[in-house]
Amino acid sequence: MNVADKVIEIITREQHLEPGTVSIDSTFAELGIDSLDGVNILFALEEEFKIDIPDAVAQNMKSVRQVVDSLTRVIEGKDIADLVAMAKGDAPAQAS
Amino acid sequence: MRRVAVTGLGVFASTGRDAESFFSNLVNARSAIRRITLFDPSALSVQIAAEVADYCPTDHFPLKRLDLLDRFAQFGLLAAEQAMKSSGIEVRDEERPRFGVVMGSGMGGVNTFDSGYFNLYAKQATRLHPFTIPKIMHNAPTSQICMEYGAQGPSLTTATACSSAGHAMGEAFHMIKYGMADVMLAGGTDAPITYGMMRGWESVRVLATGNGDPSRACRPFSADREGFVLGEGAGVLFLEEMEHARKRGAKIIAELAGFGMTSDASHITQPSIIGPARAMRLAMDEAGVTPQDVDYINAHGTGTQLNDLTETQVIKEVFKEDARRVAISSTKSMHGHAMGATGAIEMVATLMALDRGVIPPTANYTRPDPQCDLDYVPNQAREKKVRAALSNSFAFGGLNAVLLVRRME
Repeated sequence: MNVADKVIEIITREQHLEPGTVSIDSTFAELGIDSLDGVNILFALEEEFKIDIPDAVAQNMKSVRQVVDSLTRVIEGKDIADLVAMAKGDAPAQAS
Repeated sequence: MRRVAVTGLGVFASTGRDAESFFSNLVNARSAIRRITLFDPSALSVQIAAEVADYCPTDHFPLKRLDLLDRFAQFGLLAAEQAMKSSGIEVRDEERPRFGVVMGSGMGGVNTFDSGYFNLYAKQATRLHPFTIPKIMHNAPTSQICMEYGAQGPSLTTATACSSAGHAMGEAFHMIKYGMADVMLAGGTDAPITYGMMRGWESVRVLATGNGDPSRACRPFSADREGFVLGEGAGVLFLEEMEHARKRGAKIIAELAGFGMTSDASHITQPSIIGPARAMRLAMDEAGVTPQDVDYINAHGTGTQLNDLTETQVIKEVFKEDARRVAISSTKSMHGHAMGATGAIEMVATLMALDRGVIPPTANYTRPDPQCDLDYVPNQAREKKVRAALSNSFAFGGLNAVLLVRRME
């Protein structure tokens, strides 16, 4: 199972949604995911992938695609300085 | 002066999950105390409690909601739902700023605490679930009930151990009486039956052991009493300013007419005579009644040697010659000691006694204690018109809450 499928599975499970509700293009707003739901999903992702997601990165996760992209980079150990900078407002925000 | 009516009640307890079955079990002296099923109690010296047995959360709440509800918040919401329904009220939008919630809890979300800390300490987890804090906080039930019913008025949580619910109902009563609110939900909830809590109470040496015959383990005021039995559940009242209730034609179950609140300021566990006695007098004084007017006392009656002896002395001190006339019972003999919920669960019993003219007994009473020589309504319910009744809550820490309710004629 790739990262995207696993993320979709976890969001579906944690939000108690019907299978098929969540897609790679879903936004948290569309799925009714509030800030507390968000930290719950992050917790589940960290548990699943055995990783730590930095707060700065976590703050930018507002859609399934953002989660998958950020998570992939954290898992692959890639440099995430630009994500951190973006969260701090040091770099121009990308369109979400 | 504004007066306060009780127009709704709800109870979710070991002895019944609605007011009718709850009261019927009490009147029939049916104890809900059993061997613990919530976890394996084999290692404990005390293996019994009054659980809300076979409770299935998903029968009552959607999964998404349950994620944020510790067991104690679930019980609180379920009792509040009954109180709202039985009041028959539809709170209008413009009334919401004068609709509040006061709930008591002695222990908070200990189930969440227990399992989270087990993971943290025993299983070396490095983090706690993000819902831990919103589930364990003592005010979770109050806030959840406010959210459920859109109560936007004065709301808070009391945490005064065994008196938590007594203080909650008393504070809500005064909020209406003194004009801060028109309608209130008030009561208490606790779900303290965990391994950790049982170990805590076990070492205080105040629990009845009675593992061989659990239903008879709690024997308040009886010479052979051995201590109290931990219980769980919730009780909630719907309180309403009297004219507000009359205008909408609500059934008025009783008037909540007096609240006495005192502090012993003496010992962290041992009760005094003077503190509880003053609380009883204050409740009667506020209601403008004397001991002659009071027909029933729902006692704190934990079943410990010390509480029951002290409470007897308190009642003699306050009631003088009426001490031998007034009917006294401890329903903890059946529903156990539900900590921060117990005062509200007992208030539901008291209100139903008043409403039905039947006093629930002190169950499991075997033989008189020469020092506890009042009328404890042993083992058999009694038909009796109750004009006014007191409900006593005397907490560890010496914080006392006594409420007076009376019939509307």
